[in-house]
Amino acid sequence: MSAVKTPIYLDNNATTRTDPRVVEAMIPYFTDVFGNAASRSHAFGWGAEEAVDKAREQVAQVLGADSKEIVFTSGATESDNLAIKGVAEMYADKGDHIITVVTEHKAVLDTCKRLEKDGKRVTYLEVQKDGLVNLDVLKSAITDKTILVSIMAANNEIGVVQPMAEIGKICRERGVLFHTDAVQAFGKVPLDVNAMNIDLASITAHKIYGPKGVGALYVRRRNPRVRLTAQMDGGGHERGFRSGTLNVPGIVGFGKAAELAREEMAAETERLIYLREKLRRGIMDAIDEVYVNGSLEHRLPGNLNLSFNYVEGESLLMGLKDVALSSGSACTSASLEPSYVLKALGVGDELAHSSLRFGIGRFNTEEEIDFVTHRVIHEVSRLREMSPLWELAQEGVDLATVKWNPH
Amino acid sequence: MPYSDKVIDHYENPRNVGAFDKSDPSVGTGIVGAPECGDVMKLQLKINEQGVIEDAKFKTFGCGSAIASSSLATEMVKGKTVDEAMQIKNTQIVEELALPPVKIHCSVLAEDAIKAAIQDFQAKRATQSATAHVLAEEKAAVAA
Repeated sequence: MSAVKTPIYLDNNATTRTDPRVVEAMIPYFTDVFGNAASRSHAFGWGAEEAVDKAREQVAQVLGADSKEIVFTSGATESDNLAIKGVAEMYADKGDHIITVVTEHKAVLDTCKRLEKDGKRVTYLEVQKDGLVNLDVLKSAITDKTILVSIMAANNEIGVVQPMAEIGKICRERGVLFHTDAVQAFGKVPLDVNAMNIDLASITAHKIYGPKGVGALYVRRRNPRVRLTAQMDGGGHERGFRSGTLNVPGIVGFGKAAELAREEMAAETERLIYLREKLRRGIMDAIDEVYVNGSLEHRLPGNLNLSFNYVEGESLLMGLKDVALSSGSACTSASLEPSYVLKALGVGDELAHSSLRFGIGRFNTEEEIDFVTHRVIHEVSRLREMSPLWELAQEGVDLATVKWNPH
Repeated sequence: MPYSDKVIDHYENPRNVGAFDKSDPSVGTGIVGAPECGDVMKLQLKINEQGVIEDAKFKTFGCGSAIASSSLATEMVKGKTVDEAMQIKNTQIVEELALPPVKIHCSVLAEDAIKAAIQDFQAKRATQSATAHVLAEEKAAVAA
């Protein structure tokens, strides 16, 4: 096997390396075209404004939107806050009910929790075993006081892609705004705000090989015209939706990253699916009691989330120290709670503790995937030799019948 | 998550991984923790007639700190008497492995595992001597 450079980065759902082409596009905006995009009176400002306009267009194209519908923010967390709080406040006299899903990112869930404290009502829909939302359950959850449905296009932990067009259709029929946290889906799977009846979409640059610290919110302008109460006051930038001097270099980078993602999406998708399946089959053919979390069919091309029965996730990560991955194990989270997304799938605490998330990306090679496959097989086997649960299972004991002594 | 060198060492070169025969009368087996919690430790002690722990083996399902704590526990008990082993405190494990606060519970579980193994051994002993006592009485009754 040809030598691979370690550590290998396989955590592309967490963040991505900024593509050198993106960095190159950004640099002039630090040192040469450094004006404030809001400076209307001189060429420094005009140059910056022009660059921002171009980026707006590049980003909008990925969504099938109009560039006027793109509001730049500091990132998707801010976009989620703006969308959800902005709608809740603006449409307060229309209703006070919001629908979302238990598997959403914390940026959505925590924002909803805050709104509940302020007296709004939120319904958190459960998901099916494959991670998908049940459309009938969604339909029956909508009331005449519902003002917003917020459902992420693709999940960050399990990569599952929701039926966006169907959800959008339901929302449009009922006259409810449809927001989506499209962070993981943007630039990776086709999104079309019109075909899918999306009214608001949160996106960010750093998941698509762009810089950290810049994102955007798509806000529909026609059919219907979406209004929002701004969350950042002070100067009225971004048509009053989001005040604050624009991060021009970041925005330029975002635009370039979006353009590259759109151009390379088809080829990348094919390559990533090939690598992901190679990894999955390589591991699952060699060791048993390995489970895929979330639908394999409706999934981001580069995401793989596996549970290795009888082996705990953090110890596995420790053994794979030359590979950058993440786990749904409680030990890896500050709260010592296992992944709430895996719990929502009904995976069970034990398998949630045994999970690894692989995020394959643009810069991963086949050699790296082969290397990781071998390392995973080796470490899982080693840890199973050390596992009392594996020992019991080998003896034919059904672990569900064992009386444990938790302290 | 940054680990201390000692934890990494125990993880990469665990001491005394394995199993004794559970039914062996000189073996005490302690299983503590639960899969839902992400921590299960199985500790086994081989104790001789003098009440000294001759050998120890462990298997653990858990994070690096849990594996290190139980591996260290097997080292700590060897050569000790049962009474001395009952005195082992989790704080000694915390100090030796430099465990951060969020991992202290791993050392507590290891301490529990030692005690559970000893209790299992003692319970076995009690049953054995009770059985032996009954047999001796019967023998005496027959002989009389």
